[in-house]
Amino acid sequence: MLKNVPVHREIPFKPNDCSPPERIVTSSICLFSLLLTLMVVTFSPLPADAAPAALKKASLIPLWSPQAQFAGYYVALNKGIYRKHGIDLTILPGGPEQSPSRLLKSGKADFAVLWLGTALQQYSAGVRLTNLAQIVQKSSLMLVARKSGGIASPADMRGRKVGLWGGDFAVPFQAFLKKYRLQVREIPQSYTVNLFLRGGIDVTSAMWYNEYHTIINSGINHEELNLFFLHEHGINFPEDGLYALEENCRKDPALADAFVKASLEGWRYAFDHSDEALEIVLGYMKEASIPANRSHQKWMLEKMRELILPENAAEVMGQLKPSDYQSVSAELLASGVVGSVPGFESFIRRSNVRQ
Amino acid sequence: MCANRSIAHKLILVITLCCVLIFTVTIGYFYYSSRLLLERELKDDARNLVLSSVNRVETALASVGKATEGMAHSLETGKYTDKSLSRLLMDVLESNREIYGAGVAFEPDAAAASRPLEPYFYRKDGKIVPTPDDEFHNPTSDWYQIPKELGKKEWSEPYIDESCGRALMSSCSVPIYEGDGDKRRFRGIVVSDVSLHRLTEIVSSIKVLETGYSFLLSRNGTILTHPDKEMIMNETVFSLAESRNNPTLRDIGRRMIRGESGFIPYTDTRGVDSWMYYAPVSLTGWTLAVVFPKAELFAGIRSLTMTVALMLFAGILLLGAAVAAIARSITTPLHALAEATEVIASGNFDAELPPVCSGDEVGTLTKAFVSMRDALKEYIRELTETTAAKERIQSELRLATEIQTSLLPRIFPPFPDRNEFDIFASMDPAKEVGGDFYDFFFIDDDRFCFLIADVADKGVPAALYMMVAKTLLKTEAQRLGAPELILGAVNNILAADNENCMFVTVFCAILDTRSGEVCFANAGHNPPLVCGPAGISYMTLKAGFVLGPIPDSAYECECLTLQPGDTLFLYTDGVTEAKNPEAELYGEARLLEALKRSPSGNLADMIHFIRDEVQRHANGAPQSDDVTMLAVRYTGRDRAGRGVEAGNALQR
Repeated sequence: MLKNVPVHREIPFKPNDCSPPERIVTSSICLFSLLLTLMVVTFSPLPADAAPAALKKASLIPLWSPQAQFAGYYVALNKGIYRKHGIDLTILPGGPEQSPSRLLKSGKADFAVLWLGTALQQYSAGVRLTNLAQIVQKSSLMLVARKSGGIASPADMRGRKVGLWGGDFAVPFQAFLKKYRLQVREIPQSYTVNLFLRGGIDVTSAMWYNEYHTIINSGINHEELNLFFLHEHGINFPEDGLYALEENCRKDPALADAFVKASLEGWRYAFDHSDEALEIVLGYMKEASIPANRSHQKWMLEKMRELILPENAAEVMGQLKPSDYQSVSAELLASGVVGSVPGFESFIRRSNVRQ
Repeated sequence: MCANRSIAHKLILVITLCCVLIFTVTIGYFYYSSRLLLERELKDDARNLVLSSVNRVETALASVGKATEGMAHSLETGKYTDKSLSRLLMDVLESNREIYGAGVAFEPDAAAASRPLEPYFYRKDGKIVPTPDDEFHNPTSDWYQIPKELGKKEWSEPYIDESCGRALMSSCSVPIYEGDGDKRRFRGIVVSDVSLHRLTEIVSSIKVLETGYSFLLSRNGTILTHPDKEMIMNETVFSLAESRNNPTLRDIGRRMIRGESGFIPYTDTRGVDSWMYYAPVSLTGWTLAVVFPKAELFAGIRSLTMTVALMLFAGILLLGAAVAAIARSITTPLHALAEATEVIASGNFDAELPPVCSGDEVGTLTKAFVSMRDALKEYIRELTETTAAKERIQSELRLATEIQTSLLPRIFPPFPDRNEFDIFASMDPAKEVGGDFYDFFFIDDDRFCFLIADVADKGVPAALYMMVAKTLLKTEAQRLGAPELILGAVNNILAADNENCMFVTVFCAILDTRSGEVCFANAGHNPPLVCGPAGISYMTLKAGFVLGPIPDSAYECECLTLQPGDTLFLYTDGVTEAKNPEAELYGEARLLEALKRSPSGNLADMIHFIRDEVQRHANGAPQSDDVTMLAVRYTGRDRAGRGVEAGNALQR
């Protein structure tokens, strides 16, 4: 059933993932190359404080097309933070047709934004990659039900229609269902919430910073909904992390460190200047001809702040916690998604850049 | 506050204020009612406009829906091979120009040996071309899943089609089933894609007033058409509400996606205060709304109201000017009149009054002033003359008084060489000249005549009559020497020529100084009093008619002998009829009492006492009649003053 399902994210207000162009093969390599060239030209480094000769070329593939989920990187690029750290960075256009892990593996991208679970899956499949930084600390995943549907607790979901994403995204939700020993009617879910809005399913999978707000902005009030945050139910899969191939890190550790440093600086700048960051992200979205809704991006940026900045002041931003790593590993192993997991120390690359 | 202002000020102020009030109320009411009326009309217009547009949109979509349902029905009832299925799709596309692409997707069937072909045909450069099925069917797509899960025809949320010029499209999906009853099983979906280009044109073409516009919302509240292209597919009514922090808009949006319709005030995205009418496109659950700015809606009435207000304002100015002119036309002559009046008041009666140039009240007033001035002038002139005349008369009267007074014997004692009697008299006229008089004289050596008289009426006529009567009485007394004869003679003389019917009362007495005998006759006069040792009493007189009215009246003579010391007190009715302020007469009883109390020594003292008593009785009341008194006391001495006995011896 779930053949060819990419790592889907909803583009806000893009109402249909399968509009005719997608049905009719739009991903032309030529077009893509052209676009890539354009992007490179557009974002080619300008002489700044660092000498052009010293800049190292590198590329980043985000999980999805431009949106506030990646505000830190776009802001760092736009404000010349990468260049300041000696990197001539290109952010590759992400989207439903792009698989970051594939691009990373093939060497078309030097860095990728991946979820921890996906990264472990790739590792298990033989792609030797390294976690450079864990940006999103908390799981944004949630299940959303209408109060009118009478689902007030996980147990109420028993036997009901629950929309679940395919692929890697299914794992945390499966863990949730398993935890409460729930037999539900699993309905494969696209990355729109229309099926839920029309009443085709009783519970929908959602992300706090994205689909939840889409539901709100489709006219359903917060108080009409019951929310089940997975992390509140003990299932906390850290999401966006920065990854590179292990061998590349070995070859040029300085580049990896500089990239992480610049990316974190970008995030801090974005949180400190959220209005400016919003403008930057909306600018990239328009450039990529993606529907851009300011209020949605604003919500997303606010939620990213909650997900990224550590709750505990003693903790450092961008660091993968061993406990999270252990629990995710255990869950993936238990569900059979991965056969084996690497040791924590060999999976992450420690650098002092975060301090 | 304007008590001291001029009439013009007051008039302008009051009339202008009243007019402003009336006009304001009228204009306000006019504006308000017009607005209500217009709103009601516009509401109807907007509803009709929206409903007709909705109808057009639904008609266009309904044919697509019917074609798709037709396909689904064909598939459910007939046996189709891959080839005939393709033919069906191509036929549908050919016969329905509205449909951009059509396809069929089947539920994967584990039992089936091979997957059926899932054809999708679409228009490309005027031709109908197929697309390979792999690229077409994604089982998690909304167009597939939603009708599958709901088990009914569904219109998808509109989406942007990149392949046909970023057109806005929507898909109509109809689920197909096989089997009946318990065996009824979902087989797949028939889908038709339709470009919303024509529908958005219908919607965009809806024009209300000049800047009014319309927009279309999807079931999720997504903006499908809007004059602001940036919003199309980017914003939902709820994201607008969120970014504008407008919970009301969110509520409106929720009502819209619930399929309600309404006419509401609405502040649009540019902050323009507007009205909005919205109604559902029930076929797809979309909402069509028209927005029209209130300002524009009311621009007509506002400009009309402004024009009317300006006209009224001009009218008020004109009215003010007119009132000022009228007020001036009233007050200017009034001012002139006032000035002229002041001059007149200062005594100049020849001052010119402003000319009368209108027949209105001011004119009448001026005429009245002229008459008043002339009348005053005449009056003053007459008054001056009258005063002069009166003064002349006064002086004459004064003279007359002196003359009259001088005519009466005023020197007492009048006969210092005659000791046989004492006499005293006084006359106080009520006016300058009186009608009372007294007189006394010797008609021979021993006979002493004294009389008191009262002419009817007072003043000059009475005085004149008195003069005649007095002269006659004295003359006749001298000639006839008996009281009854004197009176009779005088009466005949007076009555002979008495056209005015004047008359006079007279008490006439003749005293024989040797014997003390008094013979007297009375012509209607008050009875005198006799004061003697036996006391004081009124004399009882025989009646005698007054002198003057009737000739040949007869008078009788009576006699009385006075003892030495006896006194006769004669008076006129001015004494007994003196009134106090309460109109109470002094009366004969009081006179009698007063005489008893009066000093008996000196006759002058006695008369003065009575006069004072009468005055006290009058107590300030004006004297209405002449007051005349005469007292005679017989002493009994001889001419040389030789004692009473000698005199008594001479008694008859």
